[in-house]
Amino acid sequence: MPPSSSASSLSGVAAEGAPLRRESSASSAGAPLHGRVSSRGERLLESGLLGCALVSVFTTVGIVVVLALESFEFFRVVSPWALLGDVQWTPLFAEKHFGIWPLVSGTFLTAAIAMAVALPLGLLAAIYLSEFSPARLRRWLKPALEMLAGIPTIVYGYFALVFVTPALQAVVPGLSGFNSLGAGFVLGVMLIPMISSLSEDALFAVPHSLREGAYALGAARLPTILRVVLPSAGSGIAASVILAGSRAVGETMIVAIAAGQQPRLTLDPRVPVETMTAYVVQVSMGDTPSGTLEYRTIFVVGAALFLMTFAMNASSHWFKRRFHRAA
Amino acid sequence: MMTRIAQQNARDPGASMQRTGGNIGERAFVLCCLAAVVLPLLLLAVLIGDVLLDAAGRMSWDFITSYPSRRAERAGILPALVGSLLLVALTALLALPVGVGAAIYLEEYGKRSKLAELIEINIANLAGVPSVIYGLLGLGLFVRSLGLGRSVLAGAATLSLLVLPIVILSSREALRTVPHALREACYALGSTRWQAIRRVVLPTALPGILTGAILSLSRAIGETAPLIVVGALTYVTFLPDGLDAPFTALPIQIFNWVSRPQHEFLVNAAAGIVVLLVTMLLLNALAIVLRNRLQKRST
Repeated sequence: MPPSSSASSLSGVAAEGAPLRRESSASSAGAPLHGRVSSRGERLLESGLLGCALVSVFTTVGIVVVLALESFEFFRVVSPWALLGDVQWTPLFAEKHFGIWPLVSGTFLTAAIAMAVALPLGLLAAIYLSEFSPARLRRWLKPALEMLAGIPTIVYGYFALVFVTPALQAVVPGLSGFNSLGAGFVLGVMLIPMISSLSEDALFAVPHSLREGAYALGAARLPTILRVVLPSAGSGIAASVILAGSRAVGETMIVAIAAGQQPRLTLDPRVPVETMTAYVVQVSMGDTPSGTLEYRTIFVVGAALFLMTFAMNASSHWFKRRFHRAA
Repeated sequence: MMTRIAQQNARDPGASMQRTGGNIGERAFVLCCLAAVVLPLLLLAVLIGDVLLDAAGRMSWDFITSYPSRRAERAGILPALVGSLLLVALTALLALPVGVGAAIYLEEYGKRSKLAELIEINIANLAGVPSVIYGLLGLGLFVRSLGLGRSVLAGAATLSLLVLPIVILSSREALRTVPHALREACYALGSTRWQAIRRVVLPTALPGILTGAILSLSRAIGETAPLIVVGALTYVTFLPDGLDAPFTALPIQIFNWVSRPQHEFLVNAAAGIVVLLVTMLLLNALAIVLRNRLQKRST
């Protein structure tokens, strides 16, 4: 409905002529007008909308409660010491060990390889888009790069297993069919648009006067970018990189398909490993009866994963706020 | 918007004062930067080309209309396709009203209240929670506590919670583009806040809301991990006949085929990926068409 006609269709309502009121909650300068005093029906409606917004709060509460309850049941049988003090993870075998470190090392190994790919490429791409690309080209390049982020991760997993790993096997001797190198590489490619887009936003927000100040002092373009623009956008870039790292830690399908399902405490990128997320998938694909200790392990691993990504997201948020305050 | 364009022009090489440093070091650096843009795009092209080549032998109408089979050359994707479409439809029914409602509350009613601020921080955090953890939530909450079982409804409810932050954020973005003058015009005519939202703000923001909604649904259709955790089946030879029916979905079927050692099943996986990508493309095309039609009507 065109806004003009819908506005005039409301003129019948205006005949009642109730006075306009100002919301006390919006009392700062330039407070917007907020229409007539609402009827009771509208109050009810407003509570309904608030209820919708509260669903998101309940989701967070739900995640924390579910993970905490099942973990609590787990820790009544297995001591936290067994989780942190052991270096073997074999909950599905007859002889059970619950040392979480092999899963953590697998997770960080793939995430580190991914960041080694995504960080330089994403940052250089951001610099190109922000500093060198003609405006018309950027309008095409940015959405094209962001297409990478829209491809389902299952497709990347297939690509890592069927294309990238065989290709790497031709170059890297002793590369196993499942390995953290191929999985990490593809994971990194997926993260490039996240770093490039968010970092480009940060570079874009650096005031042009800073660049012109550097030029006025006789600096060439490259030193201006490296010594003036990049440091000014530093915390914005840091926020994007940490966010990408959190995504790398939490990503599931690529590593479940291409990195293998063998928990192993190693830094060798050529051998199969298992990440925390891949372990959850592995148990879920099997027919582990619910309520057993094996079943509860996925909630314990999930809780550890949640804490790790939460810490990373929070610090990314902190950097972002610092950047906005500085800019 | 105008300022962004103005700034872009100002940033354009040649359009502003810049040192015309053309030394070799700088040129090499620009080339490196350009390579960092081109390389990922090349990889994307290789990925799509590889999938299409692998799938070429298997793409047929039979593949879409057949049930899975132990023999790769006879296996089809029909239950997975139907399951995915059903999941997306249910997710839309659950997530869109709640998401848009939440966005309306945060953007139109709750501005600057402490509660709204808390909800906002919470949504930003939820957007960063790994999808597999939503699967654990769905397993603990919908499958077990609420007794929905490993059903299509439990899967859709889980996906709804997963896409909710995206729906809320994009809807708020759309509501924010509605000029405040429009609202004030309504108030001047004596309308209540809800009347202004219902008759003017929402219709104006609708194209933007729909675009965001469909983008979030195309995210939902590609999600694998949460559905695996919630308990989607991998070998389904029937179509779901109700909300409590067991189900499978396109990415689950693809994962099942990828996990098998025989090469013939990898071909099926590639063909399944083509079906998945085409479905997503159609969904996105629908978003563009809808947006264009609605925008024409409202201006």
